[in-house]
Amino acid sequence: MERPLTKHIKPGSVSLNMKDYIQLGGYGNLQKALKNIAPAEVTALVKASNLLGRGGAGFPTGVKWSLIPMDGDKSTPKYLVCNADEMEPGTFKDRYLLEGNPHQLIEGMIISAYAIQAGKAYIFLRWAYKKAEKILREAIADAYKSGYLGKNILGSGFNLDLYVHSSAGRYMCGEETALLNSLEGKRAMPRTKPPFPAISGLFGRPTVVNNVETLSWISHIVEHGAEWFKGLSLTPTGGTKLFGVSGRVKNPGTWELPLGISMRELLEEHAGGMTPGHKFRGALPGGASTDFLIEDHLDVKLDFSTVAAAGSRLGTGTMIVLDDKTCPVAFIHNVEKFFALESCGWCTPCREGLPWVEKMLASIEEGTGKMEYLDLLNFNAKFMGPGNTFCAHAPGAAEPLQSGLKYFHDDFVKHITDKKCPWR
Amino acid sequence: MSMVKITIDGKQYEVKPGKNLLETCLSLGIDIPHFCFHPALGSVGACRLCAVKKFRDKDDTRGRIVMSCMEPVTEGLIVSVEDSEARAFRTSVLESLMTNHPHDCPVCDEGGECHLQDMTVMTGHNYRRFDFPKRTYNNQDLGPFISHEMNRCIQCYRCVRFYRDYAGGRDLNVYASRNHVYFGRYEDGTLENEFSGNLVEVCPTGVFTDKTLKNHFTRKWDLSNAPSVCVHCSLGCNTIASERYGSLRRIMSRYNGAVNGYFLCDRGRFGYEFVNDEKRIKTVQIRLHKNDIKVEQVENSQFSSTFDKLFSKDKFIYGIGSPRASVESNFALMSLVGKENFFHGISQKEYSLTKTISEYLLQSGIRTPSLKQVEKADAILVLGEDLINTAPMIALALRQAVRNISYNEASEKGIPVWNDAPVRELAQDKKNPLFIATLFSDSLDEIAEEFFRSSPKEIAKLGFAVAKVLDDKAPDVKIENSYLTRIAGEIAHSLKNASHPLIISGISYGDESIVHAALNIATALRSAGSNVMLNMVLPESNSMGLSLLPGKPLENALVSVEDKEIDTLIILENDLYRRISEDSVNTLFKKSRQILVLDHLVNKTTQKADLLLPAATFAGSEGTLVNNEGRAQRYYKAIDIKDQLKESWRWIDEFIKIRNESQTVRWNRLDDIVESLSDELAVFSKLKKYTPDADFRMLNAKISRQTIRYSGRTAMNANIAVSEPELSQDRDSPLTFSMEGQQENPPSSLVPFYWTPGWNSVQAMYNYLDEPDGSMKGGDPGIRLIEPVEGAKNSYFSPGSLDVETKEDKWIIVPVYQIFGSDELSSVSSSVMQRIDEPFVIMNQADADIISAADGEYSQLEILQNKLKVKIKIDNSIVAGFAGLSANLPGMPFVNMPCKGKFHKL
Repeated sequence: MERPLTKHIKPGSVSLNMKDYIQLGGYGNLQKALKNIAPAEVTALVKASNLLGRGGAGFPTGVKWSLIPMDGDKSTPKYLVCNADEMEPGTFKDRYLLEGNPHQLIEGMIISAYAIQAGKAYIFLRWAYKKAEKILREAIADAYKSGYLGKNILGSGFNLDLYVHSSAGRYMCGEETALLNSLEGKRAMPRTKPPFPAISGLFGRPTVVNNVETLSWISHIVEHGAEWFKGLSLTPTGGTKLFGVSGRVKNPGTWELPLGISMRELLEEHAGGMTPGHKFRGALPGGASTDFLIEDHLDVKLDFSTVAAAGSRLGTGTMIVLDDKTCPVAFIHNVEKFFALESCGWCTPCREGLPWVEKMLASIEEGTGKMEYLDLLNFNAKFMGPGNTFCAHAPGAAEPLQSGLKYFHDDFVKHITDKKCPWR
Repeated sequence: MSMVKITIDGKQYEVKPGKNLLETCLSLGIDIPHFCFHPALGSVGACRLCAVKKFRDKDDTRGRIVMSCMEPVTEGLIVSVEDSEARAFRTSVLESLMTNHPHDCPVCDEGGECHLQDMTVMTGHNYRRFDFPKRTYNNQDLGPFISHEMNRCIQCYRCVRFYRDYAGGRDLNVYASRNHVYFGRYEDGTLENEFSGNLVEVCPTGVFTDKTLKNHFTRKWDLSNAPSVCVHCSLGCNTIASERYGSLRRIMSRYNGAVNGYFLCDRGRFGYEFVNDEKRIKTVQIRLHKNDIKVEQVENSQFSSTFDKLFSKDKFIYGIGSPRASVESNFALMSLVGKENFFHGISQKEYSLTKTISEYLLQSGIRTPSLKQVEKADAILVLGEDLINTAPMIALALRQAVRNISYNEASEKGIPVWNDAPVRELAQDKKNPLFIATLFSDSLDEIAEEFFRSSPKEIAKLGFAVAKVLDDKAPDVKIENSYLTRIAGEIAHSLKNASHPLIISGISYGDESIVHAALNIATALRSAGSNVMLNMVLPESNSMGLSLLPGKPLENALVSVEDKEIDTLIILENDLYRRISEDSVNTLFKKSRQILVLDHLVNKTTQKADLLLPAATFAGSEGTLVNNEGRAQRYYKAIDIKDQLKESWRWIDEFIKIRNESQTVRWNRLDDIVESLSDELAVFSKLKKYTPDADFRMLNAKISRQTIRYSGRTAMNANIAVSEPELSQDRDSPLTFSMEGQQENPPSSLVPFYWTPGWNSVQAMYNYLDEPDGSMKGGDPGIRLIEPVEGAKNSYFSPGSLDVETKEDKWIIVPVYQIFGSDELSSVSSSVMQRIDEPFVIMNQADADIISAADGEYSQLEILQNKLKVKIKIDNSIVAGFAGLSANLPGMPFVNMPCKGKFHKL
């Protein structure tokens, strides 16, 4: 099984430095791209590989790039932004890549920036990733010293400056347009779309925003080609994916695995199954903002389309497991409280709906809930649904709520009729 | 523009493309509830209330929810407003907004004209399912104008979008996040922006309310309203003046698509309180013995004996008019005394500068833009006028004008102009060129491409230099300053390449050469074939109207009385001590046997009157004001004046009757005097027919000043008499002081309030406009008396001497006008009073060092026989050798600036 992204990362040891990275052939793909491949061909290659964005939405990366106007005024700046604001609860895959192999990301970013002819690139980093920040800053400094960044990179005439921006810390900053606002020094509120960032992004200029994992792929795709990439997955999507599992499993962690492995395989073979005395009740397959999958779904193949068909989303690919010793109402309350706190306060359903949901869940968990809250929770979940809100925050928050209400209905009812939490 | 066909709820409409669906529906009369959209602010999609169902095509039966404010109107668009899912969603939005909204409507200032109330009813939300404690906030003291009650906030973001994005304010912001976002200042304190009062109308609920109204609160449906015109500067913004129990309760903006649009400045909104002031003159008072302090009230029965003596045929009478009195009152006075004996009541300098401007505009072929057209300008030069203080709404219009380039850029990228955030994001700091040449920095600098700080003469030099670059035939001017040469070239280049270049100047610096330079630039641009616009700011609400009347400057009256005496000096709504030096006024008064003053408020001049007559204010009379654009606009009575109060022109009409017994024509009503004026003076000929006369009726009814919900008619005076009082008659207008009358859609110049079924807030305005942010149905009110003349030939003004000599111990003192304080009437308003500075001088640090004064210290300024105690304010933007003195603040003597001044240690 190939693990292109993580094969050189050794958990617990120091990150791959410039010397080691070069020894492994690092920056060779950059050289290859700058010398032999035209920018448009890089984009075509990525498009052909069908690399889907690894940040959660699964949008085709090559298509995103191809929306950047390439024939416009040369003096118009363009930007590449790496979304490293990994704040999805239960998700820690980007951190693994950032800390373990920063140059893989940097090389990928330089090639990507070359493809869209961006002169400036930013890594928008989660505030808490202090270690990653230090590693990235050192790696970028080394890349400048070696001539991979700055003016006239490797004699190609291509210039790129790369900056690390440490976020002030809001979940909303992971939304690509809120990220751009935040990067500009504005309130981290999402922007209306259209126009998409490809037309008006950072500082109103054409911008591509890609996830850490997505950008880490680019040099590999340049090296091995689109067909190779496609062959890495078990399903037709292409590529491996960093999966993760947290919760009451024997071996929580993150692993690079082919897209299309089953949920059961991930849980049992890699996460080691449930810890003794705990039974699996369900899981949020791709971070907190995805619908629950339950035991019936254990054989669902983990890929964007197959998970969607099962009624959830692959999201970030990092699973949070709910066990039988944990109250599902408390679990969902915890998640919704997070989302309510992280709402930016811009649109009504999110700003007003989430606190209402949070209050009802808290009330049910405390034993003071009313039966009509179940209808009101369902009502709010629908009210916050896709299309009704300004961005995907509230619809995401509605996913564990609506599926939780469906799968754990009896537990909710028991809380209300017993006027207490059965797990307490 | 070709129209597009769209389908709304199965019905086909042909509509203008390029708009959003919400504004399109609103102009079609289809009610879609909404909060965050405002026609002047565009769409942002925050509140989600304007949701409708959009269908892909005819076969699509499911459709999907879209926000109508964010949906461009395109050919073939199929939507449903009535769709049950869309309706249910809108109700849900209201329900969730109401989870935290206090149920304090009965004690809320907004109640009765609350957009939130309207939307709640419109969506049908009526049952509360949220059973948790509500969120609460602390409120802030935001100063004398605005009350703050944050618990009522529904987070539509309109306030910050108006205050920051539209008006350029900095000290109001949105803080925190989630369901705890807070709209306010970073700490308690007066809102600094000059347009803060618009928050009252922009806010859809009772977060920001009018604090001055609170001081004499009346429920909104109990107000009696009249279309009015602002009297506090020369721009003539349209207002709605509202009355209850004989006092003026508030001023709101009255929409005029060609003038002020939706907004007003704070002087215009809050300056009204002078109408209710205790210094108001309400009775006829006579001074039985000259120079006696005591005055006595004259009973109505004594009027004729009193007046006969003053106005008999043998009396030699002088009349002094006023730039703050109506055209009609000035004209009446001119008719009484004759053109020869009519004086404009302004200084020689102001007179000649105003005349220069009005004559130029009448003959030049150059258009003075409406405020709306100012917003369309694409290159602008401000030459020597502190707009934010002397014509605030132009400053606001300029903030919009510099954004024109952003609309062009957005359109190129396919972003509709109403999609506010992306339009701003795309433009970043790119702005249309605005050049500002003024004495010192102000808040407009931040939107200027370049600003030029120098003395009035240097500013004039810059102007002449620009004209010279534009047209070689323009007079030459000697320039030693290479910076000036460079910037003159840049300005000329920008103006020349613009499709709508605009020159803005004025007379507030009191410098003729600035006016000449500005006019020369306009002439030069025109001769280069440019479609130049010229906006000359004048000092007062009827400066232009007065200037169009025959008459002479005030000083001429003085000169002519050197060897004779005046029997009766009649002064119309004018405090002469604000016009010329105290000595001169005293001399004039000494030469006058009887001084008759008509005015609203006690002032230094009224204190010298032998006979003082109470004159109705704008709120208690009908009349016409001509703004600096040359637009004549009628204002109507909000207050039914009682007892001895009368319109000035009506008082004067009585005197005319005495003086001229054979006169057969009597001005029974305003229409009569307007007709005389139109017939007599060609420039006013259009005045006669532009607005409906007093006989106008709709469905045989007068237009109601009061809404149908007006309460207490039979009871409100029961403490005086229990019988219902007789309905007051307004013979001068087609408006009635009653709720019985025409309520809906009066002619645009006669709109006393906005109301449409379902819409009780100012949003009801949609039904009065041809489209949101467009014109009033039937055309915007007012008539332009000055239009460009085709084929006009202009000649250039010669620069004359532009040299200035400064001496080390003397400074050239230039006037610094203040939005709050420099205007006579608004300075009496108690809320405005709290914003008025004490007399101050601004100078740069080096000059302050010479007089060894620190910032905030007091000094004595010796200036033209006056010794003033002034506070020193350091402002390094003002050039050395010049100091700015706060002009016309209450209590300050008249100082004819610019002039020399000397500082002494106190």
